[in-house]
Amino acid sequence: MFRLEKRPTPSRFWTGATPVVAVILTMLAGGLMFGVLGKNPFEVIRTIFWDPLFGEFAWYLRGQLLVKAGPLILIAVGLSLGFRAGIWNIGAEGQYIMGAIFGASVGLAVFPTENRLIYPVMIAAGAFGGWVWAMIPAILKTRFNTNEILVSLMLVYVAQSILAMAALGFLRNPEGAGFPGSRNFNSYPAASNPELIAGTGMHWGVVAAFITVIAAYVLLQKHLLGFQIKLSGQAPRAARFHGVNPTALVVLCMGISGALAGLAGLFEVTGPAGQISIDFNTGYGFTAIIVAFLGRLNPLGILLAGLLMALTYIGGEMASTNLGLPSAAIQAFQGMLLFFLLAVDVLSNYRVRMSMKGTA
Amino acid sequence: MFGAINPAVLIASLMVASVPIMLAALGELVVEKSGVLNLGVEGMMIIGAICGFITAVTTGSPLLGFAGGAAGGAALALIFAVLTQSLLANQVATGLALTLFGLGLSSLMGQGYNGIKPPLTAAVPFGPLRDIPGLGRILFSHDWVVYFSILIIAATWYVLKYTRTGLIIRAVGENHDAAHALGYKVNRIRLACILFGGAMAGMGGAYISLIRVPQWTDGITAGAGWIALAIVVFASWKPWRVLIGAYLFGGITVLQLNLQAAGSSIPVEYLSMSPYLITILVLVIMSSGKGRTLNAPAALGQNFHATR
Amino acid sequence: MTSAKPVLLSVEGITKAYPGVVANADVSFQIHQGEVHALLGENGAGKSTLVKMIYGLVKPDQGRMTWRGAAYAPSEPRAARAAGVAMVFQHFSLFEALNVAENVALGMENPPALGALAAKITQVSEAYGLPLDPTRMVGDLSAGERQRVEIIRCLLQDPKLLIMDEPTSVLTPQEVDILFKTLRQLAAEGTAILYISHKLEEIRALCDEATILRRGRVVGTCTPRERTAREMAEMMVGAVLTPPERGAKKDWGDNHPALEITNLSVESPIPFGTALKAVSFTVQRGEVLGIAGVAGNGQDELLLALSGEIRTAEGMVKATGVSVGPLGPNDRRRIGFVMAPEDRLGHAAAPDMSLVENAFLTGAVRKGLTRHGFIDWAATRDFADRIIKAYDVRTPGSHVAARALSGGNLQKFVIGRELSQSPDVIVINQPTWGVDAAAAAAIRQAILDRATEGAAVVVISQDLDELLEISDSFAVLNAGRLTAPRPVKGLTIDQIGLMMGGAHGMETAHVPA
Repeated sequence: MFRLEKRPTPSRFWTGATPVVAVILTMLAGGLMFGVLGKNPFEVIRTIFWDPLFGEFAWYLRGQLLVKAGPLILIAVGLSLGFRAGIWNIGAEGQYIMGAIFGASVGLAVFPTENRLIYPVMIAAGAFGGWVWAMIPAILKTRFNTNEILVSLMLVYVAQSILAMAALGFLRNPEGAGFPGSRNFNSYPAASNPELIAGTGMHWGVVAAFITVIAAYVLLQKHLLGFQIKLSGQAPRAARFHGVNPTALVVLCMGISGALAGLAGLFEVTGPAGQISIDFNTGYGFTAIIVAFLGRLNPLGILLAGLLMALTYIGGEMASTNLGLPSAAIQAFQGMLLFFLLAVDVLSNYRVRMSMKGTA
Repeated sequence: MFGAINPAVLIASLMVASVPIMLAALGELVVEKSGVLNLGVEGMMIIGAICGFITAVTTGSPLLGFAGGAAGGAALALIFAVLTQSLLANQVATGLALTLFGLGLSSLMGQGYNGIKPPLTAAVPFGPLRDIPGLGRILFSHDWVVYFSILIIAATWYVLKYTRTGLIIRAVGENHDAAHALGYKVNRIRLACILFGGAMAGMGGAYISLIRVPQWTDGITAGAGWIALAIVVFASWKPWRVLIGAYLFGGITVLQLNLQAAGSSIPVEYLSMSPYLITILVLVIMSSGKGRTLNAPAALGQNFHATR
Repeated sequence: MTSAKPVLLSVEGITKAYPGVVANADVSFQIHQGEVHALLGENGAGKSTLVKMIYGLVKPDQGRMTWRGAAYAPSEPRAARAAGVAMVFQHFSLFEALNVAENVALGMENPPALGALAAKITQVSEAYGLPLDPTRMVGDLSAGERQRVEIIRCLLQDPKLLIMDEPTSVLTPQEVDILFKTLRQLAAEGTAILYISHKLEEIRALCDEATILRRGRVVGTCTPRERTAREMAEMMVGAVLTPPERGAKKDWGDNHPALEITNLSVESPIPFGTALKAVSFTVQRGEVLGIAGVAGNGQDELLLALSGEIRTAEGMVKATGVSVGPLGPNDRRRIGFVMAPEDRLGHAAAPDMSLVENAFLTGAVRKGLTRHGFIDWAATRDFADRIIKAYDVRTPGSHVAARALSGGNLQKFVIGRELSQSPDVIVINQPTWGVDAAAAAAIRQAILDRATEGAAVVVISQDLDELLEISDSFAVLNAGRLTAPRPVKGLTIDQIGLMMGGAHGMETAHVPA
């Protein structure tokens, strides 16, 4: 039997080491899972974690890394601020969709005008769309004490219905011969989000993600607001004693995470995805939750976690095409990663002692 | 516009539609009564759905299918229990992980089961009772799970209210430090409740894939687990209100499906988002009361670690 | 007299260590049947750990216990209860949302059906002069009534040994009298009582024997009636403590009160809390007002309303002449109005944050620790280090988490943090709760020093002795109402008892002669 003993001060070593341990454990358990599926575990793990970086097609896949990591990081940083404050926005997927729809609507409304201001306005509209969608649970929570977890999640399903309406109805390409989906932004330069440096996958969304990481880092380390966010999550009563206004904090954190998710949606739909379609969203809003925790709710950690998670996406696709690994296996693999992370997290706050219970 | 819909058929089908969320919500109610918030209901349901489906298809027995579904849900719940009770992981995060993992794993397990029909579960033979006009269709035309789910609501209500086991569960959910000081094994009691919750969610999931749909597709639960969580709030943690809540949501689902089928002038998307919007509305109404009128267990969501 | 009675429980050489602390070292003592035995010691002396081992909650590392001549090693409270040991806890053993009968049932091995149990509760409670309605929610009961629930829970088990952990800390003087009568009646019937306390006069009035603990060791035994309180205090503390000194009073030539509370009424934000009803008082510069009362009578609410965590209407709270009712905590600090809540871990300080961050928690405004919203961590560290030095906080440094400090040291830090912001108005709730005697003396002295320098001070405390020692005027908070403050000089214990409203809800008490 083992016993847990609370550490007087959280261990710095384990705080940094737990994500690494979790990744290793996930590789072991995941390898076992791939073995059960009849694949060679070593080959699968190599395909997922090694080949995209150093394999035959690395020249192309490395660029894809930023394409996938950008939205994950952007959303996860926003979520992490709320999670730190004990505000659980888990509806980022919905905010992401609404950001895309709002932003795309602006762009499509002025088609085919060419003007430098169009894209900035679309960005603002995207952020606004995500913000509005996040304000619903925020206001219901502050006004009626309604659980933000359930409301933000329910709104994902509502957003998906709205997305279906958009793709099939109000945003459908009038010249699309009746096919679902909007016009393609890649053929509308004023409203598109192109690759900025060929072959790197760098687009405006990735730039925004990097800026967000730095801003969030400074906020949490140096700014009063960051202190208040951390304090509210760790000791809510002490936060009120300090002078934090809980209502304002909920609105702020939900608003930031919603706006960032909305931005991610806008950048995705005008860039890599290219158009509003029923399934342009690939679950980034949910995967970002894993990224946020894997990064230990720390902006720099999230940067690394986002890249790692992007790697599993790309590697997973490769494993799927080259080795016939079901794509769902990657989803399960990502979930497993979160489990192991939560499991080993105990080490940073507790010491594990073995106690021999023999014949006493 | 409602002309095409027969009320008796509507009520009978809402009773069927409400079974999955009723079972899952009831399980979660017991879990929350013991002071644990497991947000992984959706994940446990969908694992229950696929485990139940595979078991039923392989063995040919729907009954074993339900057992398999319950076992699958409980197995996933066990992961949650180990993480939160032994390793003291954050309950919200672990619950979310359970859902994300469950969605992925179920889709993985379901490879090759798409498009297969599961063995049928027959209605309970009530003989001539079934032919009573209206009433017979509503009360005596269902499979055993419909009756089982009502029975287990009654049983849970009785156990929580009148038995020592129920008293201990409530005590642990109210104040785990006090329960510990009196010598109750807080974590073990919670573990048992979590497993019960997982089994109920798993059965609810199996009902979706074996009876309600009945076939396997990815993401088959479509948010039912989250609605079940909302129903627990709606029910103010009271078992009989879970029944009412589940029927309410079952009714809305059936009605919107019927309206879709009847070719209503309301766009399909509005209809399909209606259960979620109504859930939000109900949550707002239920939670706008002040203080503890909600009846939520005082220790809900807090981990227990015995110090000195 | 006691030697004639047979030995009930014998504890021999018990040792229990926790990481970094030896809670008990080689502790031995004996309890006889029908004896009231005191376990006397300061906070942190190891009393609670010791009784938890007797009750089966904690297992000793070494040593053994004998119960009526047979080896006794309860593996869990159930086993202890089966042997005949019952315990009334100081905190943490009642369930607010359950009713009295359910609470009692949870503490019993084989309780009868709730209906029969309710009848039995009524019967036993009347026999011992502790009236109680079995159908009431515990959350709605006063502290004294809650303790009755615990006592009756024990009595229904027909215990041979009743352990009482600091039972009088939540009682009014009259309630203490009733409790003592009950305990004497029980002892006369043959029940042994292990009575844990640090209140010497009570022990002299009640107990037959006393075992004195200091830092986990037995440092003496005595018959309390034959010793003076002072002798026992010296054994308990191991040093002679000097009472705090008050500097010379000055006339501040200021006829505006520094703190003026007028008709303060607020609803409680706490479940089962107490609303404040038309509370009014004023405090002058250099004055210390002591507010007494049993916990749960609105103390927490009063602190929240004064700290700005509950906003109130314009005019209800005036500090240094400014109406601050609608202002938040930081705006109040800005004008020199600071406060220290009761709960150190979680309210006054964030447990997992470092002392530096905790210094920032309330010091940000008055110490100017931010610029354009950015935190000056170097200045904050400086501030934390100065508090640690000035108030003798024992810690490896300002980087450690608040929860790593002992109760007394963290309390010194919290009080020091507020006092070193040169405040004009100070409100402190339970300044020395759960703090060892040396730290408590230091804290009281620091508060008095600040008053001498001209601050208006409000001290809310359950400890009457403390209030009488440091206050100039005295008022009692009872069921959300405050009595008119009176000068401490010349106040008798009987008058204080009357101010405290006698024994709450005890009017119907039937006390057998």
